[in-house]
Amino acid sequence: MMSRGLRWPRLVTSADRRTKEAQGRHEQADAFRRTMMPHMDAAYNLARYLTRDANMAEDIVQDAYLRAYRSFDTWRGEAAKPWLLMIVRNCFLNSVGGAPERFAGRPIHDYVGELPPELIDVSTPESLLAEKNEAAMLRATIEQLPEPFRETLVLRELEELSYKEIAAIAQVPIGTIMSRLARARQMVADLLLPETAREARR
Amino acid sequence: MSLHPEKLLLIHGLVDGELDAANAIAIEAHLKGCADCRAELEQIQAVRDLIAAAPLHERAPESLHKRIDLMIDAEAGPAPRASAAPGRPGFEPGRFAWAGSGMAAHVFSGRWASGLVTGLVAASLALAVVMPQLTHTDMEDQLVQSHVRSLLVGHLVDIPTSNRHVVKPWFNGKVDFAPPVPELADEGFPLVGGRLDYIDDHEIAAIVYRRRLHVINLFVRPAHTLSLPGGVVMRHDGYSLARWTEGGLEYWAVSDVDPADLKLFRHVYVSRATP
Repeated sequence: MMSRGLRWPRLVTSADRRTKEAQGRHEQADAFRRTMMPHMDAAYNLARYLTRDANMAEDIVQDAYLRAYRSFDTWRGEAAKPWLLMIVRNCFLNSVGGAPERFAGRPIHDYVGELPPELIDVSTPESLLAEKNEAAMLRATIEQLPEPFRETLVLRELEELSYKEIAAIAQVPIGTIMSRLARARQMVADLLLPETAREARR
Repeated sequence: MSLHPEKLLLIHGLVDGELDAANAIAIEAHLKGCADCRAELEQIQAVRDLIAAAPLHERAPESLHKRIDLMIDAEAGPAPRASAAPGRPGFEPGRFAWAGSGMAAHVFSGRWASGLVTGLVAASLALAVVMPQLTHTDMEDQLVQSHVRSLLVGHLVDIPTSNRHVVKPWFNGKVDFAPPVPELADEGFPLVGGRLDYIDDHEIAAIVYRRRLHVINLFVRPAHTLSLPGGVVMRHDGYSLARWTEGGLEYWAVSDVDPADLKLFRHVYVSRATP
């Protein structure tokens, strides 16, 4: 729908070539702004939860927008938000020295059953419960989730993306996303819903 | 972990509205008879509620918006000469209104031509005279396109259920308004489900009803301050559209049913939606 306007016959017929090129570039910029700018909060939100750092997140979003703009001609009119978020994620992976194995390489079964030790080390339920602000506590909990569970949870619960869209962004099968999401929710439940968690883990 | 680990992902899928009808029915049946899995469902729901209730979204700072704007300006290069084409005062939504270069870009953009052509088409329709706002033609285009798309790609509903108690909360958290979802099956309009759609770059709630073999998409969004109360029924591209506002919400029903049927639909919906 966004590109519909571009396909209409142009009323401008006598424009010279240079003007046309400039016009094309500006149509492109115009279309880019209309489709991608509304998702800047989503891009920043994802970058923020990936980096856990406001400055890094800004740099990654700006980098992502530049790449998105330069590869905008490869955008085929699919949902704009997941398309942009995939670029954000790739920019993040590049920024941390291209360590995608942190995300994709670890088999999901490593985590089934018990909480990963690094999660408990960093923030025990007690220290989290000491936080007064419930939102801050929840935010800290999500930030402490190990990848790839954190990004899966953020993309699903905060960005409301479908399993299919998340799978496309993380470049793994949908089944993997389902397992990660289930595990991520279980981790949050274990940390923040003590009673139910205990019952569920009998 | 529950006693039925193999059901776990299906329960998550149910909560996320990701299951097809057959799987959803099967897992719902299992949940009825399995307290363990019900506890699992409740825990998932509790986590979701916890996250949904907290302000966890990090918003991009205004300075970042500005930096990226400037970056795109720089990438797009100098503006084309504005004298090469006739212009008219441009309308750019919201923050993308540009006084200088953007104005020139707008004159050149195909949307100018598109607006003109749709305007001419609208003017040639006798029905256009009764439309409250001619500028809504583009809106009607989009609504009809959304309706057609919902039928084509097999993506009629995100949440397939005839249970209005499921559809209404499903919208909660997805859109920042609460569309009424009355059950109208006894009036001949069974509820099919709900869907999230995009109109004018904004999320819009789509509630799906059926009339015999026809689908009715009911799009709901917050009413603009300038939108007129009262309703109109019109034909557009062979589809029937009915528009009305009620309680601060704007409703657009789109279908290929007869306009009289859509009028009836509007009548029963409005009478059931308001307690």
